[in-house]
Amino acid sequence: MAKNILKVKAKARGDKTKVKMMAKHIMESGQRKDKKTGELIPAKFLQELKVEHGGKVVFEASMGTAISKNPYIAFNFAGGAKGDELVMTWKENTGASATETAKIK
Amino acid sequence: MKIIKKLALGLSVAAAAQMAQAADSGFDLATVDPEADRIALQKYFQSRFPKAEINDYVNGIYAVDADSREQWEELEEFPPYEFAVEEGETLFNTPFANGKGYADCFENGGIGIRQNYPYWNKEAGTVKTLEMEINECREANGEQPLKWAKGDLAKISAYMAWTSRDKPINIEIPADDPRAKAAYLDGKKFFYAKRGQLTLSCANCHVQGSNIRIRADLPSPQLGHTSHFPVFRSKWGELGTLHRRYKGCHKDSRSKPLGHQVEVYRNLEYFQSYMNNGLVVNGPGARK
Amino acid sequence: MSMNRRTVVKAIAAGGALIGASVMMPRAAMAAWAESAFKADKQDAAMNALLGSSEAADSAEVTLKAPDIAENGAVVPVTVRTSMANVESISIFVENNPNPLVAEFMIPAGTDADVSTRLRMGKTSKVTAVVKADGKLFSAAKEVKVTIGGCGG
Repeated sequence: MAKNILKVKAKARGDKTKVKMMAKHIMESGQRKDKKTGELIPAKFLQELKVEHGGKVVFEASMGTAISKNPYIAFNFAGGAKGDELVMTWKENTGASATETAKIK
Repeated sequence: MKIIKKLALGLSVAAAAQMAQAADSGFDLATVDPEADRIALQKYFQSRFPKAEINDYVNGIYAVDADSREQWEELEEFPPYEFAVEEGETLFNTPFANGKGYADCFENGGIGIRQNYPYWNKEAGTVKTLEMEINECREANGEQPLKWAKGDLAKISAYMAWTSRDKPINIEIPADDPRAKAAYLDGKKFFYAKRGQLTLSCANCHVQGSNIRIRADLPSPQLGHTSHFPVFRSKWGELGTLHRRYKGCHKDSRSKPLGHQVEVYRNLEYFQSYMNNGLVVNGPGARK
Repeated sequence: MSMNRRTVVKAIAAGGALIGASVMMPRAAMAAWAESAFKADKQDAAMNALLGSSEAADSAEVTLKAPDIAENGAVVPVTVRTSMANVESISIFVENNPNPLVAEFMIPAGTDADVSTRLRMGKTSKVTAVVKADGKLFSAAKEVKVTIGGCGG
């Protein structure tokens, strides 16, 4: 079954948590042609990504096809401690969706 | 405007620097002296880019161009090669059908040994690269060899480089076998010989031409080349091996790309890697 | 703006065939993806659709960090930050892309208005960061050159 696509580096420093994450995703724009068939490759990209900590949404992104392959996002939020769990929910334009978790270090 | 200024400045610097020959020793077996070449190359870049630290040349063009460096540092915040290193680790640790694995083929179980590659193999009478030995390991254990340019082979190589990061590069040219020095010389000649429709040598762009724009590109300095391979290039959007880059570089400069792991490419890798002795393994790297 | 929970459940049920047991229900409904804004082919239209206005005041308090010359248009590192209070969202636009809206980041209370990402640019363009704070729009823009290289492009 589906493997996790997110790699999250979250570090608690002082009263803040710094989060850097990358999603393993092609971010197919729908504007590229298949070199062999000449046909457009259908779009397949991450549209939404939400990050929660302790039941509270700390970050939310809506993305289009101009986000690079293997999307990278970095942000900071107040609070968070070593060992806390972050809950990430993502959704693709195809409707595929999943929730993954990561621990703050 | 900025670009033009840069080019004009660069050319005058390059002209001045040509007097300080990069390769100080000769091009025949009697006079070639690898250690003198290595020191001459370091001196050349020291006088060319006085502000750049020698140890920083493992970061390629980012050692000498601040604008590119800033973008690269942003990429290094979360390096694009991390997924590939993880996959490489999994591949490396997946046993072959006969129950053996890559660890059985290499010294120290394959961990932390990148700095010794490529090396002169006396029995085989040729330069062995890491990628070559990864595939030889597979074949010796009844597995099909992997494709050379990218994919699994590049990932395994990336993982092996990753476990060797910061280890000083240690390329030896054994004195007891004159063929080793001949291989070095062959690589050196290839590096300095002009070829292709543009009659360019590797040195034209990567010694005299380093950090001078060719259209929109700043060629990386020869010193430090090979230390960060395999490499994740933004252009490729994936990881590729050194010989893939050699082939691409030849194509871009309108000369005929040779095959993966052909003898002269291995000799070129031997020569280039020897130039990096004293620098550290920095692979895999991220480049434009 | 926000989709109610039932709609999300339906959407997920629809996509359910390709998901499996390991895919959990999102814990809270996500905001609806602003389709008309992302599909707009002009920046003004995209801003109108997303933010209700195409007018944003230039502000020195909005910092947009982006390269002068992108090493590679496929991966242009961009950081947007501001010290303004009550920031609700940060959005990024690339004027000359086929669809100018790149992304919108919601900034809940407690999260710094300081976001980094990497984006694609088809050609040289103005890049604009728009910060929504206290219901008003503020922006910073800069031109990023995208070149076709001899070796790297």
